[in-house]
Amino acid sequence: MTDVFITSNPQLPGANTTAPATQTSYADAPEVRERLVKDAQVLIARYPQPRSALLPLLHLVQSQDGYVTGDGVQFCAEMLGLSTAEVSAVSTFYSMYKNKPVGDYHVGVCTNALCAIMGGDEIFATLKAHLAVGNDERTSPSQGERSLTLEHIECNAACDFAPVMTVNWEFFDNMTPTSAVELVDALLAGHEVSASRGPAVCSFRQTERILAGFEDERPDAVHAGGSAGPASLEGLKLARQQQQDSDGAEDRA
Amino acid sequence: MSKLSPVLSRAWDDPRSYTLEGYRRHDGYQAIGKALAMPPDDVIKLVKDSGLRGRGGAGFPTGMKWSFIPQGDNKPHYLVVNADESEPGTCKDIPFLMANPHELIEGIIIACYAIRADRAFIYLRGEVVHVLRRLQAAVREAYEAGYAGKNILGSGFDLEIVVHAGAGAYICGEETALLDSLEGYRGQPRLRPPFPAIEGLYASPTVVNNVESVASVPAILRNGVDWFRSFGTEKSPGFVLYSLSGHVTRPGQYEGPLGMTLRELLDLAGGVRAGHRLKFWTPGGSSTPLLTEEHLDVPLDFEGVGAAGSMLGTRALQIFDETVCVVRTVLRWSEFYKHESCGKCTPCREGTYWYVQMLQRLESGKGTDTDLEKLLDLSDNILGRAFCALGDGATSPVTSSIQYFRDEYLEHLRSGCCPFDPALSTAWAPALATTGARA
Repeated sequence: MTDVFITSNPQLPGANTTAPATQTSYADAPEVRERLVKDAQVLIARYPQPRSALLPLLHLVQSQDGYVTGDGVQFCAEMLGLSTAEVSAVSTFYSMYKNKPVGDYHVGVCTNALCAIMGGDEIFATLKAHLAVGNDERTSPSQGERSLTLEHIECNAACDFAPVMTVNWEFFDNMTPTSAVELVDALLAGHEVSASRGPAVCSFRQTERILAGFEDERPDAVHAGGSAGPASLEGLKLARQQQQDSDGAEDRA
Repeated sequence: MSKLSPVLSRAWDDPRSYTLEGYRRHDGYQAIGKALAMPPDDVIKLVKDSGLRGRGGAGFPTGMKWSFIPQGDNKPHYLVVNADESEPGTCKDIPFLMANPHELIEGIIIACYAIRADRAFIYLRGEVVHVLRRLQAAVREAYEAGYAGKNILGSGFDLEIVVHAGAGAYICGEETALLDSLEGYRGQPRLRPPFPAIEGLYASPTVVNNVESVASVPAILRNGVDWFRSFGTEKSPGFVLYSLSGHVTRPGQYEGPLGMTLRELLDLAGGVRAGHRLKFWTPGGSSTPLLTEEHLDVPLDFEGVGAAGSMLGTRALQIFDETVCVVRTVLRWSEFYKHESCGKCTPCREGTYWYVQMLQRLESGKGTDTDLEKLLDLSDNILGRAFCALGDGATSPVTSSIQYFRDEYLEHLRSGCCPFDPALSTAWAPALATTGARA
């Protein structure tokens, strides 16, 4: 994985300049660079210290390239006055930053203990066989098809909807092997797919732009999926029932 | 039937509860006027008097944490909201933020006013992009309505609120690792002292609070300390979200007073799934030692669960029935801790690695009878010796499962394989086929 950074980065190894004199990232695509610089400046301005924008900037370059490329690392370094080694040290620490191209969709299957037991293991095994890929591998699309990267993920804070999956980090609740296969087939065929609690899934790169800190450009996306999923409302439903029962008892008394 | 008390979740069935208008329909933004009319120290005192304790797991008194911020020190102060909810089984802050982000924002304004901070960060885990949308929109709405920015509601108080998405690292739920991550570094914990209250974000005084802790503050301002203390117990007052998941008839969020029991909550949730019985459960995520059927009547408050040999944690009640292999479950959690160990300290980095090796061998029936003692010995070398609580937490499922289910480990050795059929535990296992479950 490091060769990705080294081959396209003339400053490695041992670069320790705090502010590289030459701006070499995205040299072949000045219009891309110009756009990224504008976005990066917005993000950096949100923080008292520029380096705090590094995680957002890494999401930003992933929204451009679909993974963290040598250009992306170089760009972050240039914008923040860091060495590329400092940037790579951070990007390799966090599991959402990918060191190889992700498909049009990132598909996650929770296999942490509870989801695994509720069926996540079976779902993950089914999808691996169905797609003929291993963990963290991308499908090879046939003509006209989309691609996806399959990965088993850790607990995604939706345990009351187990077993859970994600597509580009949107919630897909109460999955089964059958619904999981239908989901990935629909994604590969390019059909519109909506999250259980969320909007129609956009591409991995568009998602990364939201993660960088820019609001979804689709104005209604924020409203999709309602306020809460069914499991989230179980207690409230019951409390309303309790309230009705006790009001009724008071009325009778 | 035990009474639930929805406060944070009171409006989740309003289809627009997450908007500014929706929040206003349900008493929203009524507390900040009250707070801004009080001297900041009085707000801190009020929160102290309420007895509110941190909802992120450790239960440290929130008002006391705020009072540790030195005043008149001419340094910027910061509030950092820990929304990096990643503890296995924990799923309360994410539905809360999706349905009610403005209550967090109102709590942030009050907290920042109290500790005299002019900048707040919400550190949200990255893998929940729809929650991020809701937070981004809510913060924008708050600015537009004059609840954030310069001179809030004409009070002269300024506040900037920044939503920051993480990038996939459980360790960033540890408050000092979170601060390093927010500063743009690898998320690794810092040596304490100095504590964040003295040297936190950018080496300035910082309060790091869990989402639910901050979000509980507006209701305290609205209704008063006595009202808040009418919920829960003397030492653990207030209401909390209990999250039931796994082999329960109606998994979900149940908000009620601290001190409810699992028996009461299971009653409300329709019991363990039909035809099955409770085998083991976690009171507050995988880092809190397992409990069993004998603990059904333990009050779920900080003292009660502590006395039962576990920890209240985040009230992440993961329910496992008799079809579940405890060795397999503990292996999965150990794989998680190994994956998430930041690598900074040896006991955690190496210990979690060897946990996985040994548990894989045990689960497949290829272990030896000395493995259990070795696991316990290894646990001794992690607990209390790791740099942060992640390492300590990793030992909880291992040691508690051996304490309660030693025979089940030995059964794996005797039969040379795992005696359980994983198909019987799935959400789609036919109910009738499980009546003769092997266990």
